[in-house]
Formats: sequence, structure tokens, C-alpha cells
Amino acid sequence: MSEFAVELRDVVKRFPTPEGGEVFAVNHVTMQIKNGEFFSMLGSSGCGKTTSLRMVAGFEWPTEGEVYIEGVPQGHTPPFKRPVNTVFQNYALFQHMTVYQNVAFGLEMEGAGKQEIARRVGHALEMVQMTGMERRYPRQMSGGQQQRIALARAIVKTPNVLLLDEPLGALDLKLRKEMQLELKALQQKLGITFVYVTHDQEEALTMSDRIAVMSQGKVMQMGTPVEIYERPNCKFVADFIGTSNFMEGRVKSLESGRASVFVPPLNAEVTGFAAENVSVGDEVAISIRPEKIRLADKPALTQNCFEGTVVNTSYIGSDTRLHVDLNGMTMKVWEQNKISSLDPAAYYTVGQKVWLTLFPENTLVLPKE
Amino acid sequence: MLKRLRENKSSQGTLLISPTLVFMVGLLIIPLILTLIISFGKRSPDGNVIYTFGLHNYIRILGISTDCPGGQAVCFDPLYANILWRSLSLAFNSTVLVISLAYPLAYFIARAHPIKRNTFLFMVLVPLWTNFVIRVYAWMMLLRTQGVINSVLGWLAGLVGLPFTPLEMLYTPGAVLVGMVYEFLPFMILPIFTSLEKIDNSLYEAAADLGANPIRTFFRVTLPLSMPGVVAGTILVFIPVMGTFIVSDLLGGKQVILIGNLIQRQFLDARDPTFGSAASLILMAMTLIVTFFYTRKFGFGEEIVAA
Repeated sequence: MSEFAVELRDVVKRFPTPEGGEVFAVNHVTMQIKNGEFFSMLGSSGCGKTTSLRMVAGFEWPTEGEVYIEGVPQGHTPPFKRPVNTVFQNYALFQHMTVYQNVAFGLEMEGAGKQEIARRVGHALEMVQMTGMERRYPRQMSGGQQQRIALARAIVKTPNVLLLDEPLGALDLKLRKEMQLELKALQQKLGITFVYVTHDQEEALTMSDRIAVMSQGKVMQMGTPVEIYERPNCKFVADFIGTSNFMEGRVKSLESGRASVFVPPLNAEVTGFAAENVSVGDEVAISIRPEKIRLADKPALTQNCFEGTVVNTSYIGSDTRLHVDLNGMTMKVWEQNKISSLDPAAYYTVGQKVWLTLFPENTLVLPKE
Repeated sequence: MLKRLRENKSSQGTLLISPTLVFMVGLLIIPLILTLIISFGKRSPDGNVIYTFGLHNYIRILGISTDCPGGQAVCFDPLYANILWRSLSLAFNSTVLVISLAYPLAYFIARAHPIKRNTFLFMVLVPLWTNFVIRVYAWMMLLRTQGVINSVLGWLAGLVGLPFTPLEMLYTPGAVLVGMVYEFLPFMILPIFTSLEKIDNSLYEAAADLGANPIRTFFRVTLPLSMPGVVAGTILVFIPVMGTFIVSDLLGGKQVILIGNLIQRQFLDARDPTFGSAASLILMAMTLIVTFFYTRKFGFGEEIVAA
């Protein structure tokens, strides 16, 4: 058995446009998804994540490149011959069949016996906590219940790879949060590979072992949630995942992974971690997360320290979120409210002068594109 | 008065249906009652109705005769029973044939590119712009002994030097069947197309994903989900085929007499409105019975509502 459950090697998918041209839905994507991994493709709509998933399922065939499932090149294998199952965004339940018939459908196609079907359908419904719903029709069920049936229908065939196309997209926030944890638990219980497509970064961070951040048909970065958040490899990822402050400048020097960048509005150099493909003389983006900026009355370091003015504060309970003007740049700063106090003097006020410290280990120097 | 109307839902309803109600009572219910009364009457020698009460017209249609060639008191005359049976079986055959032609076409149109789809639907509807009778006449031109089809066949036979006897196509049961199928095809294509079009593409994908090849997907998913269209189309085709007389009159000549022709001739040629009325009510009863059992089994074609 191959080390990888699913592999995309240099896959390209082009679609013809009505005007007679061609558009790249997926542009030279390579991904290796390990066995038993919860892998997410994350991106905004049109980034190619769903098309990539559909090429694994067999609903689309790559224009160039190859999709491998368990080491086997798939070529133009039709979906009904692929050892993967899909949970669809709109559930795609068969409205003319009961829950039992829906879940049994895949097993019937395999030619399983009546007793085996009954046993496995019962087990699958148990896994999604829908025991007792066998005789219902999909239209008699809530969205969340239909979602579980769609899940049961896909896992009943015990595929090694389960493909999920924004399965929680239609659920309300509270149910979505519950289902996220349940899906993750189910994946660990089944021990199979989940390939999960979502545009919701929080969902991807919560559930995934690894994430591929996609944009315009390309994979921008692939890594664990911590890697993606703490060490984005480019400005796009830093901006797309969570919130970041950006400053633009030119790299002056580069030494053992640390870059010094001259930032014109500050008329000073800022030091930070350099991303891999940054070199001296590059125009770069400096990125720092709002919760990683230190605010103080006095400078804390001899470098990476700048004085600004508070222009806006909002107290949201756990944090106070401030906008600080720094020579014409607005920096977002999130101060955790670690001390319980009713004294207004304990909080920053608009117009107050403050010192911002950008610790070099929290500051990232990223390529602009 | 107006204020009361604004507040009272039930009088609003009465007002809204009253035009239709007047129309239906005046032009359907009252004529039906008159037909029923006339059907119990007797024909006077000069072709008028003598209002009596007797079931003689119904007894005659069912074929119970007292005027027997063998001299018995009562015997069975199958003349009208044959006409009834012929009408029923023709309606059945036409409907089956229409379904088998309309389904693949509707499927093709439903899966075509949206831009082409409208063109195809337009082409299905274009024949309906021409009068029904004129289209039947066109079939006469095609099917006649010296018609288009025979001319072309004769010309082809001449090319290869074979002897050719023109085919007798017009005035046969086959010609009536072809005419019926042609006339009523659009009424089957449209409802089937509508129900096929409603099936979300992801359902086909889900079936394939679960291991169903295209043939099994068709029988397990596509066909059951499009049954409402087939049912609606069947009702739209079966009922008019049972009653129409133009097609059988023009394409069947005297060979193929259906219940519609029987009724028409009783009123216009034989001048026996009492027997014609009885035949009309028998036709209505037959149609209602068939439709009743059919819809009991398959519904009216609206049970499965796409989610």
C-alpha cells in the first residue's frame, strides 16, 4: 500500500469559457495526502479547492497531470469505480428513498447480501447517531439530520478516503461547531483519510491535521494549522488566515534567517524572521499578528520599538482591540485583559501615546506575492 | 359591503372562483345533466328526442340485442363493444408509444446545454402553432397511395430497378396510431422534461460515487424521480386520445371507428341524439374509471417534490 492515500501530481484543470477561451480552475497543483490524515483544502470561492476534490472523486478529469488514489493512477476512471466516497455540499440525498434505502444504496451496488446490508446500514447509522430514523424520508428531516444521513451513506462503504465538499456549509453556526467536533471524532474512530474542502478558516484550523491554502488554482502553502498560522510563507496566507498587520519595505540585510527591513514611513529598520524565498534588496511585506504586538508606556527594546497614538479602542471582554496610528499606518493591536479592573486608568484611551514593540521572533518578513 | 369583503376570507374565495363557477355550471354541469336526461329518451322518426325514461340506449351499447339472426330471444351483438375495446386499446397503445418516444427525447433535452435546451423546446412546440386538423391533413399527404412516402419509395425502387407496388398506409389502424402519437407527443415531452430538469446533477454524481454505473443510475435514480412527469403526461395523452375523432376520421376512414366517431355520427349522420348521449356518458365513465385506477396507483404526478 502506498504511503499516500491521495496524491495529485502537477494537476491542471482548464475549463472552456463561453467566450471561447480557457480558464484555469486548477493550475499545476501537487499534493500528497497521507493515510489516516484529516486534510483540508482551504480557500475562497473559485480557488480550485472543489475542482481538486472533484478530480479525486472522478467527476472531473485533469487536463494535465495525474491523480493517484492509494498509489494507483486514476486516469479517466469513472467515479463508480473509484475507492472513495463523497459527502456533498447539498447532501444529494435521494428524495424518493427512505433513510435506510439511501444508506443501503452503495452496498446494493456492491452486491452485498440482504443481511450484510442490514447490519452495515445499522452500524453506519449508529456511527452518526441516527438509529431509529430508517423509515423516514429525507424531506421529513432537518438539515443537520440530512447531513448525518449523507455522512452515513458515504461511510457505509468503508472507503479508505472520504471526500467532503463543504459539508457543514448549510448548517447554522452552533450546529456547525458541534458537527466539527463530531466529524473529527468520527475520523479518528474510523481511522480513514478525510479530504475536506472548506472556505471557513476556523473550521479548517479546528479539524485538520494539515491544510492546503489555495488561491486562484494554486496551492499557496501546505502545513499543519500551527505552521499555517504562525509561519505563513507569503503575504496572501498571512492575510487570509487570521488577522495581520502589514508594513512594506526593502530588505537591507539578511543573516541566519533574520532580515532587517527598511520601512520608509518609520524611517527605521525592522527585524524579523525571513521567509525562505526572501533575499537582500527585495520589496517585502512585514507581517505581525495583532495579539503579538506588545504595548507599553516605555520602549521595551532598543530596536523594533515605535511610538504611536491610540485612535480607537473597543472593549470586547476577553480582549481590548485598539487601532494605533504609527506615522500614518494604522496598526491593529489586541491586548488581552489579564487583570480584572474597573479603574478606567487600567485601559488605554483614545489619544494616548503608546510604545509598540514588534518582537523579532513574532515578526515575519514575507514576499509580497 | 366592501369592508366586509376585505375582512372575510371565505367571501373573498367565493368572489375569486365565481367566474369559473358560472362558466363551469353553465357550460359543463348543466349540459352534462341534459345529456344524461337525453340518453334515457327515445328518438322520434324525424330525429327529435322523445323524453321518456329507459335504459334501452345503454343496453344497445353493451350489445344485448333482441333482434337475433338465429331467432333466439336475447343474443350478444359485439358491434359497439368492439368499438369501445378498440378505443381503449388504441388509447393504451398510443400512450405507451408516446412515452417510449417522448422519454428519450425529454432526457436528451433536459441534459443539453441550457442555451441549446431552449431551442429544442421551441422546436417541440412549433407544430402546436398549426391547427390540429391541418396537421392531420399533412399526414394524409404523406401516407396516401400516391403520397410522399410512396413516391419516394417508388423512386428508390426505380433506381435499383425493383418492381414497386405502392403501400396501403392511409385508412389503416396503423395510420391512426401514427397520427395519435404525432398529435400528442408534445404533451408527454413537456411534463417529462420538467421533472427531469428538476433532478439536481449532484444526485447523478452521488449515485456514481456510491458505485452505480450509468444504467443502474438511470433505473434507480433518474426514472423514479421523473415518474411524476410520466404520470402527468399519461393523463394529458390518454384522456384526449380516448375521445378524439378527427384523427381516426381522416386517417382511418371507415376502417377504424372509435367511440369518438360513433358519438359524432349519432349526432350528425344517424340523427339519434339519445344514443349519442348514452355513448358520450359511457366514454366519460370509461375514462374516469381508467384514470381513477391509474392515479390511485401512481398519484397525480406531484408526490415527489424536489428538495
